[in-house]
Amino acid sequence: MFFLENAWIIPAIPAASFLLILFFGKRMPRKGSEIGIAAVGLAFAFSVLAGVAWIDRVENPPPAAHDTEQVDEHVDEDHAEETEHAAADVVQVAASEEGGEGHHAVEPVTNSWTWWQSGGTEFQVGTFVDGLSVMMLFVVGLISLLVHVYSTDYVRDDPRYTHFFAFLSLFTASMMTLVISENTFQIITAWEMVGVCSWVLIGHWWEEKPNADAALKAFLTNRVGDVGLVIGMIILFFAAGSFNVVEINTLASEGALSHTALLAASLCLMAAVMSKSGQFFLHTWLPDAMAGPTPVSALLHSATMVVAGIFMVARMYGVFWEGLSIGTSSINALALIGGVTTLVGASLAFVQRDIKKVLAYSTISQLGYMVMALGVGAWTAALFHLFTHAFFKACLFLGAGSVSHACHHSFDMVADMGGLRKYMPHTFKTFMIASVALAGIPPLAGFWSKDEVLAGAQQLGDGGYPLMFVMGLLTAGLTGAYVTRMVYLTFFGEHRGHGTPHESPKTITTPLWILAGFAAVAGLFNLPDAIVPDGIAYRFEHFVEPTAAYFPSISHPSFSWGLAIVSTLIAVGGVAVSYGYWFQGRWHGITERNGVARAGYRLLENKYYLDTLYETVIVGAIKGPIARASYWANQNLFDRVVDGVGNGTVDGGRRVHKYFDRAVIDGVINMSGRSAEGAGAALRLIQNGRIRQYASLMFGGAAILAGVLIVIV
Amino acid sequence: MEDFLNDWGLSLAVFLPVVGAAIMALIPRAEEQLHKVVALITTLAVAGMGVALLANFDMGRSKDLQFVVDASWIDVINSRYIVGLDGISMPLMLLTMLIVPLCVIYSWNHFPEPHNPKAFLILILILETGMIGTFAAQDLILFFVFFEIVLVPMYFLIGVWGGEERQYAAIKFFLFTLFGSALMLVSFLALYFLADASGTAAGVANTFDMRALPEATAGIALSTQVIIFGGMFLGFGIKVPMFPFHTWLPDAHTQAPTVGSVILAAILLKLGTYGFIRIAIPILPEAAIEWAPIIGGLAVIGIIYGALCCLAQTDMKRLIAFSSVAHMGYTMLGISTLTDFGMNAAVFGMVAHGLITGTLFFIAGSMKERYHTLEIKRLGGLLVSAPKMGWVFGLATMASLGLPGLAGFWGEVPAILAAYSPAEGLSEPLFRAYMVIAAIGTVLAAGYLLWLYQRTAFGTPTEEFVDDPHITDISIPEWVAWVPMIVLILALGIYPNLLFNLTDPAVVAVGDLVAAAAGS
Repeated sequence: MFFLENAWIIPAIPAASFLLILFFGKRMPRKGSEIGIAAVGLAFAFSVLAGVAWIDRVENPPPAAHDTEQVDEHVDEDHAEETEHAAADVVQVAASEEGGEGHHAVEPVTNSWTWWQSGGTEFQVGTFVDGLSVMMLFVVGLISLLVHVYSTDYVRDDPRYTHFFAFLSLFTASMMTLVISENTFQIITAWEMVGVCSWVLIGHWWEEKPNADAALKAFLTNRVGDVGLVIGMIILFFAAGSFNVVEINTLASEGALSHTALLAASLCLMAAVMSKSGQFFLHTWLPDAMAGPTPVSALLHSATMVVAGIFMVARMYGVFWEGLSIGTSSINALALIGGVTTLVGASLAFVQRDIKKVLAYSTISQLGYMVMALGVGAWTAALFHLFTHAFFKACLFLGAGSVSHACHHSFDMVADMGGLRKYMPHTFKTFMIASVALAGIPPLAGFWSKDEVLAGAQQLGDGGYPLMFVMGLLTAGLTGAYVTRMVYLTFFGEHRGHGTPHESPKTITTPLWILAGFAAVAGLFNLPDAIVPDGIAYRFEHFVEPTAAYFPSISHPSFSWGLAIVSTLIAVGGVAVSYGYWFQGRWHGITERNGVARAGYRLLENKYYLDTLYETVIVGAIKGPIARASYWANQNLFDRVVDGVGNGTVDGGRRVHKYFDRAVIDGVINMSGRSAEGAGAALRLIQNGRIRQYASLMFGGAAILAGVLIVIV
Repeated sequence: MEDFLNDWGLSLAVFLPVVGAAIMALIPRAEEQLHKVVALITTLAVAGMGVALLANFDMGRSKDLQFVVDASWIDVINSRYIVGLDGISMPLMLLTMLIVPLCVIYSWNHFPEPHNPKAFLILILILETGMIGTFAAQDLILFFVFFEIVLVPMYFLIGVWGGEERQYAAIKFFLFTLFGSALMLVSFLALYFLADASGTAAGVANTFDMRALPEATAGIALSTQVIIFGGMFLGFGIKVPMFPFHTWLPDAHTQAPTVGSVILAAILLKLGTYGFIRIAIPILPEAAIEWAPIIGGLAVIGIIYGALCCLAQTDMKRLIAFSSVAHMGYTMLGISTLTDFGMNAAVFGMVAHGLITGTLFFIAGSMKERYHTLEIKRLGGLLVSAPKMGWVFGLATMASLGLPGLAGFWGEVPAILAAYSPAEGLSEPLFRAYMVIAAIGTVLAAGYLLWLYQRTAFGTPTEEFVDDPHITDISIPEWVAWVPMIVLILALGIYPNLLFNLTDPAVVAVGDLVAAAAGS
């Protein structure tokens, strides 16, 4: 219980580590990395303890306290009518819960302190821990720890080694704060903090302009989404009268809030999801973000930071559930965006030469799966996919880093890799395990979570989400195919680079093996009851999915052998086609022979022309002509008026002003230069000089104007 | 001790700088070191006074004026010497008391041409009296006097110690603000003649007493109130500065010496926004409701327009100057909602902007001293040449773009939030449109600030500066001047209630006046 109630300790440790590394890191024997590893290790250990405590809480729930005081008086006043109105629904929900699976509502553990106040109301900062939070703490802590260890070797001779570890710590602290946020203001804060860490870490090698550009692009794209986040949270604040996550979700789930407000808020928040979690059409920053060091790509841009959007939707699910009518529709914005993204990402992964870009587009595609799952109502599937994806994708990224370590820091698969399986057995094996997991081949992790997503799209909502189901199946095939291409280009064939590649040291391969292990077995945490007995089936769902009133009453898709077989066949089919093309050399030259294939290839090569639209058309116009036009207007219209008035006045009273100018300004300079009492003289001038005349003139004028005003009115 | 503070503390804080200035006037000019010491001791004594006042300030009733002194002054027009502090003026006064000694320390070894520390420091001390007096005054004439006193030393600071076009900038600054002040004075006089304060604490019909006037204006016809508000709007709005009255600002900032820019940005601009919250809105709430849509509209135009102008700048200091136009737009948007939420955000925004933009101007000044140019094209690689300064600059940049966890955020997002639900009597759709525009402004802010940072701090130094020995890292006086600012930016960002706790009750009282006016 201790670590649930005092969860603030967990992010506080890496936050302290950030400061320690920043101020003392350079003086430490290992330049600060030991502080980072110790702090994150401790935070991870506490996260595990919090997880254990939560499991205990779910298994032995404390006696149900009917927390009516959660909804404070403020809300009661505003929503008294609606609450009564919704009372009938609440009873139904409660009944279905008790009657259905018979599990007890497990309340989250919260703790809060006053953070700020306005308008006489105090607002809180605090912790909010439930299954979702501890799951995220576990993932963030584990991957961050492994990335720390890996980085000690990967960035060993970097001139900013210490700063690198400082910001890894700050990122870990921010991300951990995000997942235990108790209110929306805190979510915004942590959300932007992870964004700024991303900016710093992408731009880690800022001497090169492309890296700095990529960092700027990431930050600005995320700022666009943040506009949505801020406005969405504002709408929710005024709808629910609170920033508190529990209150907002409870009211939303009870149907106490206006549907319009929830719809508007969900759509605004979706903009934030699109930018942070790389959803189509705000995803373009994510592939560019690969300019950062590879451990950063593994930690931030695949496993943890980019899933902040998924987490946020999951956290505010009551709002999305009601706002987008997820339970009763067969298409909605969230599901559609997710579906499109998953296809767009998978298709773009085909044409990349850079192994990290393949993985980046693959991340986009997999994030699309998660968003789609949330959109169709498969909450647990989305979070489970987040869980498994974190392991296999982090493994792939770190593996790519290991490979590039061996290939003179190149990421170009076509020019510098090939045949590496012979030279790097550990990297090869772990990479293969994670690849198979990503491709969704049973029994590795990716299969189980992806299958749940597809089952959700097939079965949930009002008669399923057919369009998303088809998109999801297509992507399964595409994923198998691009993964095969990537593995072929990297590890098979003949080595195309120069020199002899070498296996990476233990600090790199150990994290790879741990992640590969999770990539292999993470799927077991949520095996369907059709395969294993009740006691060990759906454990993930049992512990992670909230059961209290702040969570909508969602339904769950059931496992279907038919679907599992079909989706496996499609994935294997993708692998087979790609195998034929790459390993056996069939169908080569199709883009030269076939016009349609060529056009398609070009469209993909240009990333659907989105970057051209954003960078050249939109940003180019704002930075160039629009900004210049504004400044031109400033200088030639507004300022011209001022100058005109000024010059006119000056012309009118030229003699006075000339006198004023020469006497006062030049006088000060001359006198201060000449006499030791120059300043005294200047001050005397203030007292005796023209300014007093000026002031008296002004007072006189004002008095006349005042008289005029009084006469008129 | 407590009695002494209650009776004399505030007046001492206001006039101590002048005493210091008078002592310095008697010391021969050649004794430069002595001048610096006297100026520093004076400003530190004032700051100490501020700390004593804060320690004795009753937080529980921060909505009431404390340390009030009410003495007869100009009996002919019933203008009295009334000073006092409440939760709104306290933080701004403390900000002044902090910034001025830091400016003295920063100047220690580098007074701009034509040098002359004696005159420079005397002017700064007079400036301090003017600024503290403005925040303390509770009588309109007294307020006006202090408000105008500020102009004169600043005029000389820009006109004598400024850049190449200092004379043009100084005169523009002086005349433009004076023009606004004249109209403001007309409004004050109109209030004096038209309000009937006989039923209030002032006890006489015609008064300049700011405490009594809010209750005394009910008898004035709305159309007249709107005109009177208009005069104040120009006076304060030019000072803020609001679009389209902002054109004096970039010139003044670009030409002013570093310390002048810092004081200008950190405090002088706040005199305008403070005037709205302290005088215009409480005294004429009904007129404020009429004017609010216009103020809000100009505020959001300022946000976008200022940001766009920033993107077009080629000079770093001018860019920071234009960013003030955008930032004060958020403050004015908060004020224009006329809600306690919005005005709280505005007061927070004023303090935050003072600290953040003050730091940015300090950095710009130090860079100018090292590079002898602030042309963005020629800069680059600050993080290589002077890494610590690059870090501080980075932090200030992040704070300026409103990163949560740093002070700037708490002035920005709550102001945007307040616009969703403006005070009764204001159009919700209109203000929600303002909200969206203001939120889009945050993207542009990130754009111009990070682009600036990228071009100046990232990359490698340009050829001409690559081995320049003058480009050194932060010096001791610079550290002393900057560390308090950085600490406050962080402290207020992480625990904003430090400030909200102080301002909230006082702001709620103003909000209640508006609500009462809307209801009637």
